[in-house]
Amino acid sequence: MSGVEVRRKDLQEVTVIYLKGYLDAHTAPEFEKALQELVDQNRVNIVVNLAELNYISSAGLGVFMGFIEDIRKKGGDIKIAEMADKVFRVFDLLGFPVLYEIFKDESEAIGQYR
Amino acid sequence: MARKTENYHLRIPSETANLQVIRNFVSDVAKSVGFENQDIGKIELAVDEACTNVIEHAYHQDSKKDIDVAVKIDFDKFTVVITDHGKGFKPEDVDIPDMNRYLAELRVGGLGIYLMKHLMDEVEYRTQPGVSNEVRMVKYLIRKDNKKKQSA
Repeated sequence: MSGVEVRRKDLQEVTVIYLKGYLDAHTAPEFEKALQELVDQNRVNIVVNLAELNYISSAGLGVFMGFIEDIRKKGGDIKIAEMADKVFRVFDLLGFPVLYEIFKDESEAIGQYR
Repeated sequence: MARKTENYHLRIPSETANLQVIRNFVSDVAKSVGFENQDIGKIELAVDEACTNVIEHAYHQDSKKDIDVAVKIDFDKFTVVITDHGKGFKPEDVDIPDMNRYLAELRVGGLGIYLMKHLMDEVEYRTQPGVSNEVRMVKYLIRKDNKKKQSA
């Protein structure tokens, strides 16, 4: 698979987005669309599960950056769960862990909103 | 061991749908010469960032244009040269973000060049105005037999 698959799970207060595959300049708009939908629906308690994400470039990181201000202004957040080492290294290189809370387990990330 | 030079070349239409093909090309070459997974990941990301810049800024998403990706292996030196014939830029005009400020201000975009500089050992731009633009990036391979020699 060369693209990205974006899935969404709505819990009561929290929405989990699952990204699978490769997030680059070609596929980042898919993720952007999913986040925009959540913002439009005012579902701003977001967990992004990256367990099956194999790759991220700055275009994918830019999507996180593009929405975080809006989402936090609305009282929500983007928390990240189950990130693979390879993807974490890119986040880390750019200092993103300062800006985003990263959790080992999805349930732990969801628990932060309760 | 004899000094060995190898050249690989990919010419591909300038569109983001081809980024995966470009990444596979460079990572296959890097793997074949013995880079470890972590370094292969760095090379493929740096090349992706450079090509994304060409697609979006030099060619403005015009897929009738081609990107040239050339890899040269010269013993322990892995050089990748990405060439385009689009709109050039002056490398000295490119603002390398200060990441602390960048994150504090929640800025968007412009991370590609920062990544390239931090992922590769050398990054150099060569621009011939109106002719071509080149990004030349180097990664050195630390070979196991080299490590032994150094510690002996």
